[in-house]
Amino acid sequence: MSELLLDYLPLVVFIAVAIAIGLALLVAPFIVAYQNPDPEKLSAYECGFNAFDDARMKFDVRFYLVAILFIIFDLEVSFLFPWAVAFGQLGPFGFWSMMLFLGVLTIGFIYEWKKGALEWD
Amino acid sequence: MAEFWTSYLWPLIIMVAQSVLLLVILLVAIAYILLADRKIWAAVQIRRGPNVVGPWGLLQSFADLLKFVLKEPTIPAAANKGVFLLAPLVTCVLALAAWAVIPVDIGWVIADINVGILYIFAISSLMVYGVIMAGWASNSKYPFLAALRSAAQMVSYEVSIGFVIITVLLCVGSLRITDIVEAQNTRFGLFGWYWLPLFPMFVVFFVSALAETNRPPFDLVEAESELVAGFMVEYGSTPYMMFMLGEYVAIATMCAMTTILFMGGWLPPIPYPPFTWVPGVVWFVGKAFFVFFMFAMVKAFVPRYRYDQLMRLGWKVFLPLSLAMVAIVAAVLQFAGLAPK
Repeated sequence: MSELLLDYLPLVVFIAVAIAIGLALLVAPFIVAYQNPDPEKLSAYECGFNAFDDARMKFDVRFYLVAILFIIFDLEVSFLFPWAVAFGQLGPFGFWSMMLFLGVLTIGFIYEWKKGALEWD
Repeated sequence: MAEFWTSYLWPLIIMVAQSVLLLVILLVAIAYILLADRKIWAAVQIRRGPNVVGPWGLLQSFADLLKFVLKEPTIPAAANKGVFLLAPLVTCVLALAAWAVIPVDIGWVIADINVGILYIFAISSLMVYGVIMAGWASNSKYPFLAALRSAAQMVSYEVSIGFVIITVLLCVGSLRITDIVEAQNTRFGLFGWYWLPLFPMFVVFFVSALAETNRPPFDLVEAESELVAGFMVEYGSTPYMMFMLGEYVAIATMCAMTTILFMGGWLPPIPYPPFTWVPGVVWFVGKAFFVFFMFAMVKAFVPRYRYDQLMRLGWKVFLPLSLAMVAIVAAVLQFAGLAPK
């Protein structure tokens, strides 16, 4: 088998076995357990009240803001990965160009902070 | 035919056997970690904990498994049935999948791929899908709100975990997990591991790992007093158990990650005999369990955070701190000429 296949096939096999175990666990009670559904049992839990509204309602925009901030910083991390691995070979130019990139992002981060995008009160 | 047998089928059978072996050992280990968690928590509160099923309660987790399997599975009438059942499967399988690249001793790993740490990072980012799917598909208010909160919490701490991993990578110069452990193999033993030079990052990683796996004091996901049981409210029977299983497997993964990144993996603390005679797997499991013991003690000691405190800690303390540490570590390596070639 080729090098790539030898590296990654065990991974695929492992995930397949994990899926098999997961499915077995998920299906087991549907086969084994006693089932007696009724409308009250199947209604949404709302502390004893009947659910008076659809649950998929408007939600706070700050969750959306957090998601956007996360994308920015996670992308930054994914840019840093190859840089960190090759750090020894890059020399001063590689170091300073990444510091410049981090500097620009820090300015953006300070702006967000001053704008109050990180406040939760 | 014979060529097909020796070069394809036989390796495949070995791979399946290795995977099954690791998963079975992992799941049994999780059963005892769960028991240990309950026992430690009980001991701190001067209770006995589970002690009825088997000697000292040793079979408690297996009795729980049997109970979950025999419980009636309910799917709420308003739920999206497919996504509702897919969510626990996603959580559980992703949590288990991370273990394919974790070496417990030199060469004792299912797949020693050259992007190992990136793979774990990617898999743990995907964990948030299980939570979002469960919360949305339940079509109930508590799970929906809890899923939003928990997704925001998990992604917030994901960022600082990413920066912490970067600082370690700067010192190692490779994404392969075996290389990360070997880079810590110096004649100083215990003091050559990265917890000492990168101590602030070690602390940030530990706390972020607590938040990432929704452990107390960051268990706002299932804050019983406000959100009942978080995104798992509508679940029962084995689907619920699979969330718990996924959570504990993720905790075990985080313990293993802490061991690999900061505590020298399978390396002995003192690199001279008789310590080098002990098999590496013993050191690895011992260290991982030590980290888990700290997880359990934090659960017992520290009161729960409020949501705004949690977000403030993540975005205003850990993020700037870890960002600054990336720059500092890079600068030190650059100007002291210590960067790995």
